[in-house]
Amino acid sequence: MAAKTHRLEVTLETQIDSVDLAESISMRIAEAAGFSEEDIHKIGMAVREGVINAYNYGNQQDRSKKILMTVDLEPDRMIVRVLDEGKGFEITEVPDPLAEENLLRTSGRGLFLMRAFMDDFSVHRGPRGGAELVMIKRLPMAISGGAAAQPE
Amino acid sequence: MALQGTCREIGDIAIVDLSGKITLGEGSSMLRKTIRELIDRGHRKIVLNLSDVDYIDSSGIGELVSGYTTVRGVEGELKLLHLTRRVHDLLQITRLFTVFDVQSDEDSALRSFR
Repeated sequence: MAAKTHRLEVTLETQIDSVDLAESISMRIAEAAGFSEEDIHKIGMAVREGVINAYNYGNQQDRSKKILMTVDLEPDRMIVRVLDEGKGFEITEVPDPLAEENLLRTSGRGLFLMRAFMDDFSVHRGPRGGAELVMIKRLPMAISGGAAAQPE
Repeated sequence: MALQGTCREIGDIAIVDLSGKITLGEGSSMLRKTIRELIDRGHRKIVLNLSDVDYIDSSGIGELVSGYTTVRGVEGELKLLHLTRRVHDLLQITRLFTVFDVQSDEDSALRSFR
């Protein structure tokens, strides 16, 4: 029998509280999926950064716009997508926050942290033009080659 | 937990004992306000004690950098004290360890000011 994929979709308001809410939801799912405490922290922080990005840069803090967060829990990995209603962006045009000349910038580290904390990270153009951030974390058993964890 | 701060003064050095999270919203605003007030009161030597801060997001990192450049802009110095493991790791991967003067004990922090 094919392993199940569980999906959760949450439509978030463009407001600061949504950042905490998205982080909290993703951490609960990660915990239920069997991630370690450290990985749960990293997933929560990456999702937090994704929603901050959507809030600040995608939707430009426009409260009439929404942020869609989708979490897919597959047998061997967790995929989180954060979609905004902004204009989208090219990741190659984002300045490297580790470059000497950018170290004293007060912003621009969110994408770097998402990439650092997840196993895979990519940016796509959403169906209506916004940016869709896709973050993937593999379950430890899948990484070690053991039997994939089965979500309830 | 919302960020809270208590300020102590040892000679001309201000030590801010922070606890909670430095994140987007109130945490970052509180840190900005605290540093601004210390500067306005004439302080130029500031230590942020982060022993009870176990969570900082990109907004909080930005606020620390902003505090650093603001204090430096008035020819002062801002140092960080007692980093928790997660904050230490965060500053390391963002290369900000090369920017901030990070101290592991208070006596050393006090002595490190010129």
